[in-house]
Amino acid sequence: MSELLTKSAARNIFYGGSAFFFAIFLALSAHSHYYAVTKSTTAPITDSVERGKRIWEAKACFDCHTILGEGARFAPEVGDVFVRWGGDKDPKGAHQMIKDWMKSQPSNTPGRRQMPNFKLNDKELDDLANFLVWTSTINTQGWPPKKAN
Amino acid sequence: MRYESQKIAAWYWYGALLVFALQVTFGLIGGIVYVLPNFLSELLPFHSIRMLHTNALIVWLLLGFFGAAYYLIPEESEREIYSEKLAYIQLAIFMLGGVSAVVGYLFGVTASHGRSYLEQPLWIKFGIIVAALIFLFNISMTVLQGRKTAITNILLLGLWGIAIFFLFSLYNPANLVLDKMYWWYVVHLWVEGVWELVMASILAFLMMKMTGVDREVVEKWVYVIAATALFTGVLGTGHHYYWIGTPSYWQWIGSIFSSLEVVPFFAMVVFCFTMVWKGRRDHPNKAALLWSLGCSVLAFFGAGVWGFLHTLHGVNYYTHGTQVTAAHGHLAFFGAYVCLNLAIMSYAFPHLKNRAPYNQVLNMASFWLLSSGVTFMTVTLTFAGVVQTHLERVNGMSYMDAQSQLGFFYLMRLGAGIVTVVGALLFIYAVLVPRTKEAISPASAATAPAE
Repeated sequence: MSELLTKSAARNIFYGGSAFFFAIFLALSAHSHYYAVTKSTTAPITDSVERGKRIWEAKACFDCHTILGEGARFAPEVGDVFVRWGGDKDPKGAHQMIKDWMKSQPSNTPGRRQMPNFKLNDKELDDLANFLVWTSTINTQGWPPKKAN
Repeated sequence: MRYESQKIAAWYWYGALLVFALQVTFGLIGGIVYVLPNFLSELLPFHSIRMLHTNALIVWLLLGFFGAAYYLIPEESEREIYSEKLAYIQLAIFMLGGVSAVVGYLFGVTASHGRSYLEQPLWIKFGIIVAALIFLFNISMTVLQGRKTAITNILLLGLWGIAIFFLFSLYNPANLVLDKMYWWYVVHLWVEGVWELVMASILAFLMMKMTGVDREVVEKWVYVIAATALFTGVLGTGHHYYWIGTPSYWQWIGSIFSSLEVVPFFAMVVFCFTMVWKGRRDHPNKAALLWSLGCSVLAFFGAGVWGFLHTLHGVNYYTHGTQVTAAHGHLAFFGAYVCLNLAIMSYAFPHLKNRAPYNQVLNMASFWLLSSGVTFMTVTLTFAGVVQTHLERVNGMSYMDAQSQLGFFYLMRLGAGIVTVVGALLFIYAVLVPRTKEAISPASAATAPAE
C-alpha cells in the first residue's frame, strides 16, 4: 500500500471525504426536518399533546416500552396502541381504555411483568392519551407489519 | 511511565472500573427481572434498572476514554499534560455528576425532558458539558504545544466530536419525529461515528507500542480506517430513519451506507493482525495484546456482522424494535468499546504501577470469561429476537403472548450474564491488586523488553 497511497494523501482523503459526506447528511437532515413538520402528520401538536409527551419523558416510559420501535423492549409498543385498541373506529373508547389501563397498574399478577402506577391525575392521563393519539397519526412508512392486539 | 502527568489516567480508570462493576451489576438485576418479573418490581422498577445499566455503561466508557487520552497524549506529544490540576477538577465534576445521577435514578429522579440514555437531569448535563470543555481545553493545549501525530489528530477530532454531538441532548422538541431524528445525532453519531475515531487511534497507539511497527505505516492505516468509518457511518445514520416518520429515501441511503459500516471494523481486524504478524517485537504484556486483538475481532462481529444482520430496510421492517436490536447492542458495545478500554488499561496499568504485567494469566482468563459471556448472551438474544420477530411481526401475535414463548432464552441470557459479571470482577482484581510475580508465567513472555 506504501506505493499506492502516501500518508498525506490518506489524510487529505479523510478530511475532504468526511466533510463531503457530512455536508450531504446535513442537507438531507434539513429536508427531513421540513418533511417531519409538514408531511409526517398533519395532526396539530396541541398543548395537551406536548404536555403528554413531557409526561412520557419525565416518567421514562421509553425505558420499558418502545415508541415507533425505539426504546427498551421490556413492554409493548405504544406508537400504534391507540389504533390497536380500536381508536380508528371508537376514538373516545380507546382514549378511555388508555386512561383506565394506567389507573389499573400494577396488575400484581405473579409471573407477569409489572408496570408501576405513576399516580397521574385525570388531566395528565388525558394529556398522555392525547400524545399517543397524535403519535398514531405519524406516517411510519407502513411499520409495524402487523396490527396485533 | 515516561511522563509524570500520565498518572492522571490511573485515577480516571479507578473511577471507570468502579462504574463498570455497577454497570454489570445492574445488568444482572435486569436479567433476573426478565426471568422473575416480580423481582424488585416495587422497590426498583425495570425502567430504573435499565437507565442505571445504560448510563453507567456510557459514563465508564467515557471515563476510560478520558483516561486513555491522558495516558497516550503525553507520549505522543512528548510533553506533560497542560494542567494536571484541571484534569483532576474535570474528574471531580464528572464523578460528582455520575454519582448524583445514579443516586437520583435509584429514587426515581430523572430529567423532565428525558430520553433513552439521556435521562440525566439538566444540571447534570451542564456539568458533563463543563467537564468536557475543561477536558478539551486541557488536551488541545497539550497537543498544540507538543509534537503532532496522526494518532493525536484523530483522537482529538473524535473527542471534540463527542462533545459537539452531545449538545443535541439539550434539544428535545415537542414533535416526536424531530425528537427522534436529533436523538440519533447523539447516539448514532457517537457510537457509529466519532467513537470509532477514538477506537482507531487508541488501537493504533497500542499496536505501535506492542508490535514495534513503524509509525508511518500505523498512521496511514489510522487515516484509512477513520475515513471509512465516517464515509459510511455518517450517512449510515439513515438506518435509524426508516420507520420514525422521516422520508422514505432513507431506506435506500441507510441500507447502502450502513451495510458498508462493516468496512472500518474489518479494516481494524486486518490492521491489528497484520501489525502483530509484521511486528518485530515479542511484547511481554500478552494480556493487553489479547484484549487488543479481541477488541478488533469482537467489534467486527458485534458492530459489523450483527449490525448488518438487521440493517437492510427489508429485514429491519420485521426486526425493528425486537430483541435482535438488544443482541446487536450488547456485542457491539462490548467488542468495540469495552474491550478497547480494557485493552489500554491492561497495557498501561503495569507502567503506571511501575511493575511487570503481573496477574496477566488472570487477566487473560477474564477476557475469555467476559467474551464468552457476552457472546453467548448475544446469541441467546438473537434467537429470542428471531422467534419474537416471527411470532409478532409475521404471525401477528400480541407482544405479551410472544414474550411468554421466550422464557428459555431469557434464562440462558441470565446464565451468560452471571459469567459476564464474574469476568468483570476478575478483570478488576487482575489489574488492580498487585502481586510480586506471575502465578503462571505465560510462554515466552520475557524475551523482549517492555516499551
